[in-house]
Amino acid sequence: MSSMLASYLTLAAILFCIGLYGVLTKRSAVIVLLSIELMLNAVNLNLIAFSKYGVVPSLKGQVFSLFSIAIAAAEVAVGIAILIALYRNRGTTNVDEFNELRN
Amino acid sequence: MFELNFVWNGHSILFLILAVCIISGAVFMLHFSKIIHMVVSLAFTFIGLAGVYVLLEAEFVATVQILVYAGAISILMIFGIMMTKHDQLEESPRIQWKGILAGVGCLALFGAIFFAIRSTSFPSIPAVGPLAEDNTLELGKQIFTAHVIPFELLSVLLTVAFIGAIVVAKHDAEEKEVAGSATREEAE
Repeated sequence: MSSMLASYLTLAAILFCIGLYGVLTKRSAVIVLLSIELMLNAVNLNLIAFSKYGVVPSLKGQVFSLFSIAIAAAEVAVGIAILIALYRNRGTTNVDEFNELRN
Repeated sequence: MFELNFVWNGHSILFLILAVCIISGAVFMLHFSKIIHMVVSLAFTFIGLAGVYVLLEAEFVATVQILVYAGAISILMIFGIMMTKHDQLEESPRIQWKGILAGVGCLALFGAIFFAIRSTSFPSIPAVGPLAEDNTLELGKQIFTAHVIPFELLSVLLTVAFIGAIVVAKHDAEEKEVAGSATREEAE
């Protein structure tokens, strides 16, 4: 049984690392937001895996993951709104060109 | 240390198929050049994750995953793409060593996590029955009794976030309109 827990944790780690790579290398702000979603999903997978195979199996992990899904939805809505406002002002969604704070 | 005691049964085979779907969706997201293709491939990943949640006896969370992630968030992202630039191509990073450095860092992080997972001995719990007879019913009881205050706080946060999103996205359009009418008046 515990070997299945290790498999789920490994899958979540792979997803988290792919999401981190996307955040660090992608140039489009939409894809950076999506990669953050992928990382949040990896954490949700960990929560649900521990709620089934953890030392004390209970539904608490699923409640936590529901809350984190709601937070992710709010985050994406605000992120897209900021992105659209930035696009209206700057005419681009390339994260490399958002450098107003530099000078 | 790394003994892979993988048991072949229906559960683990289903898990392997779903894991291949999930990881291939995520890797294709990194590989595609058109942004809209990236969003669709990530929606594939989200649906695969819902399948994994069903395997973990979290049917309600799987439904929410499909509704919120594969539905709402993907559509919101496609809205975001349509509102900004239509057929944008993802450029490769200008500085090549930056991408290589990020890749090496992510691989190192994965190696560390993998080492930690494999070297931890998880206590083997006695095989208990299903977590709940009726997953949705038990989840509802948990949320509305033990976790009711976080739930209410979350609803306030969602309201604030959505009003904030509308204000942020709309603010500029109104200003532009005001500025446009001002220049029109000046011209007159």
